[in-house]
Amino acid sequence: MTDAYIYDAIRTPRGKGRKDGALHEVTAVSLSAQVLNGLRERSDLNGYDFEDVIWGNATQVGEQGGCLARTAVLASDLDERIPGLSINRFCASGMEAVNLAANQVRGGAGEAYIAGGVEMMGRVAMGSDGAAIAVDPSVAMSSYFVPQGISADIIATEYGISRDDADAFAVESQKRAAAAWEDGRFAKSILTVRDVNGLPILDHDEYMRPGTDMQSLGALKPSFKDMGETMPGFDKIAMLKYPHLAGINHIHHAGNSSGIVDGAAGVIVASKEWGEKHGLKPRARIRATAKIGTDPTIMLTGPVPATEKILRESGMQIGDIDLFEVNEAFSSVVLRFMQAFDVDHGKLNVNGGAIAMGHPLGASGVIIIGTLLDEMERSDRETGLATLCVASGMGAATIIERV
Amino acid sequence: MTDFTMDKGADGVALITWDCEGKSMNVLSMEAGNHLESLIDDALADDAVKGIVITSGKDSFAAGMDLNAIAAMKDAAGDNPAQGLFDGVMGLHRVLRKIELAGMDPKTQKGGKPIAAALPGTALGIGLELPLACHRIFVTPDPKARIGLPEIMVGIFPGGGGTTRLVRKMGAMAASPFLLEGKTQDPIKAQKAGLVDEVVADPVGAAKEWVLKAGDADIVKPWDQKGYKMPGGAPYHPAGFMTFVGANAMVHGKTQGVYPAAKALLSAVYEGALVPFDTALKIEARWFTHVLMNPSSGAMIRSLFINKGALEKGANRPDVADERVKKVGVLGAGMMGAGIALVSAQAGIEVVLLDQSVENAQKGKAYSESFMDKGIQKKKATPEKKDEVLGRITPTDNVDDLKACDLIVEAVFEDPKVKAEMTQKVEAVLGEDAIFATNTSTLPITDLAKASKRPEQFIGIHFFSPVEKMMLVEIIKGRETGDRAVAKALDFVRQIRKTPIVVNDARFFYANRCIIPYINEGIRMVGEGVNPVLIENAAKQVGMPLGPLQLVDETSIDLGAKIARATKAAMGNDYPDEAVDEIIFWMEGEGRLGRKSNAGFYAYDEKGKREGLWEGLGQKFALADEQPDVTEVQHRLLFAQALEAVRALEENVLLDIREGDVGAILGWGFAPWSGGPISWLDIIDAPFAAETCDRLTEKFGKRFECPALLRELAEKNQTFYGRFAPAGAEAA
Repeated sequence: MTDAYIYDAIRTPRGKGRKDGALHEVTAVSLSAQVLNGLRERSDLNGYDFEDVIWGNATQVGEQGGCLARTAVLASDLDERIPGLSINRFCASGMEAVNLAANQVRGGAGEAYIAGGVEMMGRVAMGSDGAAIAVDPSVAMSSYFVPQGISADIIATEYGISRDDADAFAVESQKRAAAAWEDGRFAKSILTVRDVNGLPILDHDEYMRPGTDMQSLGALKPSFKDMGETMPGFDKIAMLKYPHLAGINHIHHAGNSSGIVDGAAGVIVASKEWGEKHGLKPRARIRATAKIGTDPTIMLTGPVPATEKILRESGMQIGDIDLFEVNEAFSSVVLRFMQAFDVDHGKLNVNGGAIAMGHPLGASGVIIIGTLLDEMERSDRETGLATLCVASGMGAATIIERV
Repeated sequence: MTDFTMDKGADGVALITWDCEGKSMNVLSMEAGNHLESLIDDALADDAVKGIVITSGKDSFAAGMDLNAIAAMKDAAGDNPAQGLFDGVMGLHRVLRKIELAGMDPKTQKGGKPIAAALPGTALGIGLELPLACHRIFVTPDPKARIGLPEIMVGIFPGGGGTTRLVRKMGAMAASPFLLEGKTQDPIKAQKAGLVDEVVADPVGAAKEWVLKAGDADIVKPWDQKGYKMPGGAPYHPAGFMTFVGANAMVHGKTQGVYPAAKALLSAVYEGALVPFDTALKIEARWFTHVLMNPSSGAMIRSLFINKGALEKGANRPDVADERVKKVGVLGAGMMGAGIALVSAQAGIEVVLLDQSVENAQKGKAYSESFMDKGIQKKKATPEKKDEVLGRITPTDNVDDLKACDLIVEAVFEDPKVKAEMTQKVEAVLGEDAIFATNTSTLPITDLAKASKRPEQFIGIHFFSPVEKMMLVEIIKGRETGDRAVAKALDFVRQIRKTPIVVNDARFFYANRCIIPYINEGIRMVGEGVNPVLIENAAKQVGMPLGPLQLVDETSIDLGAKIARATKAAMGNDYPDEAVDEIIFWMEGEGRLGRKSNAGFYAYDEKGKREGLWEGLGQKFALADEQPDVTEVQHRLLFAQALEAVRALEENVLLDIREGDVGAILGWGFAPWSGGPISWLDIIDAPFAAETCDRLTEKFGKRFECPALLRELAEKNQTFYGRFAPAGAEAA
């Protein structure tokens, strides 16, 4: 079997996903095309040097609909012979793009792929593509649907994670992100977003609040308490599913959950031969990939079984992993991961995460793989694991190792 | 005579009158539906007819579907009842749609004949669905008339187009109280809500006038117009999205997922909202069929509609002359006595309320006063009504005042000696024909009757607390109780508009006999280290209104302890509940007597608000490392009750399975979705029930031993209703 390697990884800065966010003026197509162009230019490649572009996106309607991947190829400098494939596994869409590309390469179906993702959360609202799992009674009830925030609070309740634990984790995420930016640790991957004239629009993560402390977070009201306890009363559904729970402890709020942002990211995934042909050195080997379905009500516990699966299938132990990136969708997700594997926070999300910098759904899986790779190179570690929780009860993971 | 007749007037209006012979209210049968179609065809084809008015020959419009029609549909397609139902319902849609489209040209939507409904009063179920298919609804201002779609209350949903039309008429959010809660309204409120169009003194006259002047545009329904948008937004419209997500969650939470009708209704609404109207009707018919095929719906209709009605009408009344009560004497003006006095006075019965002192008796009467005051505040009563009710209650401490009473209901302290004394004292002044009833909940009637000089006129009438709220009354025959006493009790219960069951005398009669094992099973599990949260949630999730621990907190733990001691004394070595007593007595010793002491299995705040399960419970009874599956907990809780019901039937305490089911739902809220404990055993199937008994017996003891009767049904693969339903009572 051919091995698959990462040759390059870039991302745009993350803009606030609101009307006054810096990237609000940029289209999903333009942001995607800038990432495609950036990857091609940085490695001095031709527009036809790839087999396909696999593009993750979690809300494929409007400007993000109609096979955005293909549209982005046509809007970029890539050759029209490169087709383009849009995919959706919610928050793991970007990671799935990378994993899919890697497995295509490993299976001999093409030598090189651009894999990435985009999400313009301020322009195409989360959930605006509809979702039968929430709306269609026949499946919403049989799957005990609750929104993600409720699920995150169920995790906190089930695994004894307190509001203070979650807030402390969030404060640390902010601190680490600020320090990482100060230290220039993202410099290698950040692609300045530009307008049609080449003028810069955004060159840094806009969402961060470096001054965040326990006191400022303590003032925030839990976001999901009302919808859980009163209207429409999702806690009752949680208790139907988990009758040993007397109630749900609502600990999450805007400050200890991931931020709503705009952003895109991409990587080049290719075989060794392809690199040699183009005079490029691979940065990491994609050692293993995994995806898994889990209980859809608690929904966001996927990183644990996905990690168990990827380790089992690749014959590894948790101790073999030097560095972790676990997407900070909600504090409880990451805290539960650390609890389950007894992983030290010193090895995990060392440069902060989505709580501080934001979580552009379809792009986050690619972003954390890039961040992991940069940090493995910087701190000279061999093996890293990235994983995300996924809506509707799924999980995904990727293990990379330096070469 | 046919149910529908048509009279074509010289004014160009064809008046169709609905009048089912021999019935107090109209109900729609299959034949009548077909006949209505032929009348509509006739009127639409007749050039002399300019418009059609549909009304009723009674003082109401219609009460709903004839339940026999549903049974007939089921049989209409041979051995495929689902096909028969679906075809039958689609046939109904065809008639109603024909009315709605009124012969108009499908392209231009012109040339149709206006059709109006004129409602002289109550219009429920299909009685409103038919008017909703008409172009305008006129209704009389009678405040007693009820307008609505109450199907959900008996476990089905409006399947005659009412669901689809109402949602398209007012939007999913506005329609939800009518569809999901079965809310009915008086004509004025119904008009405000948009259920009907006009409230007028002469609905037929107004309807005739309207059909003659209505134009083409007036008779095209919004959903048949181009560019129709659902009010409040369809499911994937941003506003509609939240409505639907919220509705799913609320219905799921409220029904705990055990009521199939609410789920099916929501699916019909959701799927219907995504397609054109005629397709939506087809979808509605598919889900309606699905519900009608669900055994839970059949059981609910049978218990809550058919059998409840039959019992109220005196299905088990002995054949003796009218025994309606004119004057009732209530002995004891405590909580029960005061409640019995209130409901009797409300029903127009003269009440003598006796207690040891006039002051106490007046206190009992004051209960009625404050109840009526609250009613006035809520606009459910008037000051005149209050005076009337209070005027009927005479508080007294003088036994001689009971002289003219034809019924006595004794509600004094639960002490055989006190009761015996009262019986003799009162009988001494009573007329020879008077019936003496005791409201005991625990003492055997036959024993109490020993104090009576007329034991054949002595009976138990067991009310539940609070009397004005609880719909069930348990009538208990002592060994010597005669037919006239039973008839008296039944006529009394009918007067006060409650639902009676008649049982034979045995320890705890029927209701308490089943409730006590339910509570005990819950407490037993606490002792075993089962998570109390799981016990309570498991009970509620299977449709019990209160978990066993909450229930014992409400009824009080010292009462439980008292009953336990008495039972133990009576049973001696056979007493099976030592494990329960250990906990109950300990709680009693700790002073945790339940809600009344602000401390029980639950913790309460100073104001008496229930907070959560008491933490001390976990310290005393450590949680077991391995917790049971929720289904096992539910089986234990339900079998504890249902097996008692079967034993009551075996022992001839329960005389009619219908009473066993109706009594269980109304008396203590036994999982209404199941139709009652006996229906539940039929639903889960005797062989499975017997097998589960064996498994539970092996694991938890002989209280779960399969009763011989259930074993026999399992072996013969029979059902309780198949074998024991009274002739002619077999239903939908």
